[in-house]
Amino acid sequence: MQAGIRTEQLRKVYTTPPPVGGQTRGAFSGARRGKGGRKPAYEVAALDGVSLEVRPAEIFGLLGPNGAGKSTTVGVLTTRIKPTAGRAWIGDFNVWERRVDVKRLIGVVPQRPNLDFALTAREVLTFHGAYFGLSSAERNARADALLDQFKLTDRANQLLHGFSGGMMQRLSIARAMMHDPDVLFLDEPSAGLDPQTRLLLSDMVREYNSRGKTILLTTHNMEEADTLCHRVAIIDHGKVIALGTPQELKRSIPGGFLVRVQFMSAPDGLVDALRALEGVTEVRVGQDGQVDVYADHGGSLIPALVSAASASNATIRDMHISEPSLENLFLHHTGRSLRD
Amino acid sequence: MNFTTFWAMLSRDAHVARRNFVTLASQTLLQPMMFVFVFGRVMTTSGLMAEQYKALLLPGIIALSMVFTGTWAVAMPLLAEFQFTREIEDRLLAPMEMEWLAVEKVVAGMVQALVSGLIVIPMSWVVMGGVTLSADHLTLFFTLAVLVSLLASSIGLALGCSVGQQHIGLMFSMVLAPMIFFGCTYYPWQALSAFPILKRLVLVNPLVYASEGFRSALVPAFPHLSRAVIVVSLFAFDALFLAVGLRQFKRKALT
Repeated sequence: MQAGIRTEQLRKVYTTPPPVGGQTRGAFSGARRGKGGRKPAYEVAALDGVSLEVRPAEIFGLLGPNGAGKSTTVGVLTTRIKPTAGRAWIGDFNVWERRVDVKRLIGVVPQRPNLDFALTAREVLTFHGAYFGLSSAERNARADALLDQFKLTDRANQLLHGFSGGMMQRLSIARAMMHDPDVLFLDEPSAGLDPQTRLLLSDMVREYNSRGKTILLTTHNMEEADTLCHRVAIIDHGKVIALGTPQELKRSIPGGFLVRVQFMSAPDGLVDALRALEGVTEVRVGQDGQVDVYADHGGSLIPALVSAASASNATIRDMHISEPSLENLFLHHTGRSLRD
Repeated sequence: MNFTTFWAMLSRDAHVARRNFVTLASQTLLQPMMFVFVFGRVMTTSGLMAEQYKALLLPGIIALSMVFTGTWAVAMPLLAEFQFTREIEDRLLAPMEMEWLAVEKVVAGMVQALVSGLIVIPMSWVVMGGVTLSADHLTLFFTLAVLVSLLASSIGLALGCSVGQQHIGLMFSMVLAPMIFFGCTYYPWQALSAFPILKRLVLVNPLVYASEGFRSALVPAFPHLSRAVIVVSLFAFDALFLAVGLRQFKRKALT
């Protein structure tokens, strides 16, 4: 069976700090919540009306900086976070109303490995299989195959304490695939992986997708989204700000190329002079003499740009050309770099 | 409710408990056994305490070991699993309603509490060098054992889902230690008659009913609280801690 994902105006407002980033709640913290009509002291809107549709058998990417709402979206879709408003479906099941049915359909690789530390690598997989009702023969066979696929066979019977981050990440992915779910969620799967493992991961994701499985991954890595995903949604401050195939999205940036120029000072006439240059589609003025020039060509624009600058008595301090990329797209929509 | 998943999780817990048996047993049984040795053997043999004290001490030690083991077995893993890594989600994502995960943890804790209670009897018997117990109220004894083990793991659930990792030390010194010392484990409730206020105050401590209960079943000749009061109170405490524990669990499991 193939299953897609759909969300409708998802909103999530945290009124207590989410249990991430090493924060721990104090003793009996439940009692300290704001009572009655008082507004809670802490309020953060992580999702602000996210509507998405991921088609069955699609590799879909959620791209955005840290804190954009990617993990919260995944949290809601995987039944772990209760949305403040809005609805979501996995296949035909409403995520909040049919949680058990949804859990059967999904496999989840969380941002931080939440593996069972009391077990060995092999047992992590076999017990996971048992929770999902696989027969003993089935789960042993699958565990062995996955351990081999993810190059963990030689550590199969060890407890996880000595495992490196990369090994735990691989085991997390193997665990998520153990019950052969129709929809696989990967939250920042390549964070902290070495390039070799990253390649292995991409291959595994493509291979899994080729069997008709739907994959939703979150990332702040442009290349990953660009090369792996069929479609990408760019998300920032809990809102979807752009959606489409990587090619469509890149084409949507005015001009495509971005020349970011840092002037010592930007005199008044300069921006108009830059706008008048051939091939320039948009000029944006930032702070401290930073000017973003969007154009349909890159390097060949520089001589004209330099002459225009010297004609306006502007001194260039730094200049950077970037080719059409999702990074530029993000910059275009938010005015911030993905790594900010 | 998905019985396959529930059962698989119980076998996971059994597997982990078997692997950690020695650590677990020394954590929860060593201290009561030393107490049994010092007070039940050294003090009685030397004549500083009456020979009868052995029989009075043993039911209290059973109650203490069961409550301590059950609470520990549920609370400690929960405390760790709700931490930073959210290990709990490994099981929350299994195809079962999340309340049942809490119930599963309670059942696993009950089994461990029962095992520890049953181990303590022969161990204490050997350490103290023979104790006379009555076998006339075995049904009552086993009923109490189930109620006390449920009490222990429900307390563990409530504590494990309410206390932050940084407060574990405090949990021991502020909650478990007073519970043990004012739980009529080392003395019968009657012995508090000289302290009328304390005698009433300790009645909020569920361990009192566990100790007095086992005393009424195993050494009925000694003074003890009425059996009806004991059973009703244990039921009430079980319901209370289970309800609080489930509520806290749901609150912590969902964000």
